[in-house]
Amino acid sequence: MKKDKNKPAFITKIELIIIAVAIVLPFVFNFSPYFQGLLIFVLIWVILGTSWNLLAGYTGLVSFGHAAYFGIGAYAAALPYYHYHISPWWGLLTGGIAAVILGYLLGIVVFRLRGPYFALGTLATAEILRIIFGEEEWLTNGHSGILYMTTWVSKYPYYFTALILALGAVFSVKFVMRTKAGFYFLSIREDEDAAQALGINTKKYKNISTVISTFWAGMAGAFYMIYMGFIDPEVVFALHNISIITILVGIIGGVGTIWGPALGAVVMVLVQEFFRSSFFGLAPSWISGMHALVFGLLVIFTILYMAGGILGDWDLIRKKLSFLRKAEVSE
Amino acid sequence: MELFLQTLIYGLLIGGLYAVIGIGMTLIMGVLGIINLAHGQIMMVGMYLAWVFWTFMGIDPYLSLFLAVPLVFLLGIFLSKYFLQPLIEKESILPENQVLMTVGIGMVLVELARFIFTSDYKSVETSYSSETIALGNISISLPMLIAFVIAIALTLGLFQLLMKTDLGRSIRATAQDKDAATLMGISSKKITILTYGIGSGLVGAAGILLLPMYYLYPDVGPIFTIKAFVITILGGLGSPIGAIAGGIVLGVAETFGATYISMGYRDAVGLVIFLLVLVFLPGGLKQVLKI
Repeated sequence: MKKDKNKPAFITKIELIIIAVAIVLPFVFNFSPYFQGLLIFVLIWVILGTSWNLLAGYTGLVSFGHAAYFGIGAYAAALPYYHYHISPWWGLLTGGIAAVILGYLLGIVVFRLRGPYFALGTLATAEILRIIFGEEEWLTNGHSGILYMTTWVSKYPYYFTALILALGAVFSVKFVMRTKAGFYFLSIREDEDAAQALGINTKKYKNISTVISTFWAGMAGAFYMIYMGFIDPEVVFALHNISIITILVGIIGGVGTIWGPALGAVVMVLVQEFFRSSFFGLAPSWISGMHALVFGLLVIFTILYMAGGILGDWDLIRKKLSFLRKAEVSE
Repeated sequence: MELFLQTLIYGLLIGGLYAVIGIGMTLIMGVLGIINLAHGQIMMVGMYLAWVFWTFMGIDPYLSLFLAVPLVFLLGIFLSKYFLQPLIEKESILPENQVLMTVGIGMVLVELARFIFTSDYKSVETSYSSETIALGNISISLPMLIAFVIAIALTLGLFQLLMKTDLGRSIRATAQDKDAATLMGISSKKITILTYGIGSGLVGAAGILLLPMYYLYPDVGPIFTIKAFVITILGGLGSPIGAIAGGIVLGVAETFGATYISMGYRDAVGLVIFLLVLVFLPGGLKQVLKI
């Protein structure tokens, strides 16, 4: 890259701190595999949310079917193992590629569609894949799923694999958004016809965005298979638990911001686990039934009052908070 | 041949119900311009209301249409007034904000239901739940036939409303051109809110009609949300007649898929049709039927 003094550094200080914290964190929770497992789930959602955000938040292609890429990635890792006993770890190579191929093929069909039609087209595709993978038992073992004895008991190798993937996802988005292609993505999001009129090959740039996005979604799926050691179509192609939650993670953190989905992933997993465990046993146990409810309310609140998400509306939130602080001082 | 006829009749009957679900969605899509991804979840609310009326007060599901549907209508009004309407004036990066809001609403409705009623399967066992009428070698389930008849009555009533009344004309005008309708003195805000209520009431009614022959659980909704938008796109946006045609086509296609391909692929049939229609016939059946 050309050196440009005006261009801000690729990695800022805050980002270095975040990376350092992320490296130290599993050792802090050394005493509890449970917390380490939570951290790994946060990272899976970071990858998925970031991947969705590039497509939806930056390019304006709101996908409601990210489970399709996640699931294909997971099966790309699982199927060679199921049929030929090839280690699922190869999925970290094939998962992303399989998802990209699917994304490209799908693009031929769904890129003709705009706005809500695109959303529905992607949603329908993921659902069709879920049904096919459940029915074709000769290929996928159907609803019984595919089981694999995970390689290690320790969480560390998984954590750092996921961390590398998550950082790869975040920084690849950051990188591409600093290039010319990134600006083309934004122009497509703002007004596709105008972008086309200005001579931007919108189809090409939609494809580039899809390739990067689907690659990371596929990798997340492959990693999920390696880590969990079990997948079935209802889990990895889930409409609600994957596709929708991916979107919500993006919205809560901040659509169209680099770190928004990562923050959203942290918030989502924290809220869910706090409630699922009834605040670690401090609150009455009926609260554990509310984990999804609270998350849903949080989503509604976010859309109503901070449409940009936590990071997107950060300035606004800070203003409100500083107002509170001043009020305290004056009293 | 008997299998064929049996399948066809079953498909037509279920198609009548799908039509009611689809009309609600197509009205909302036409007037609000959004996909209502909480559609099936609102239907689930209607079903639970009818179940409560049946279990605790012994009110027959068909009678509770008169109780539960107005409640679902009010729920729709409430949701659109306080959750969807405020978003219209808001700037946001994604134009799909309202759609995402319906996702959030759907999620909260499901979780509320799960919280109150747990995830257990419930059903309404009426005396006629498993009755059938035999026509030669073909048997027709009685609740399904009743549901079909009521569905047709509902549809006809709705058409009267849409075609003959001022409210109906306002709804159609808003669906065709919001700005022009506003210029003609129609309060598009009021119509928008009302339409969401009517759409919710309709899908709630469809759910109640389905109740005597279906299981009820909090996650019953999403599959019907998907069916609803498949019907809407298949029939053509904003066209009630298209939605009826779409509903019946979907019902028949699904049952034939289930009978002749495999039971597991039943739900995939509609989705495949949906993708094909989106790509090859973007105007839906409306375009073919010229209505």
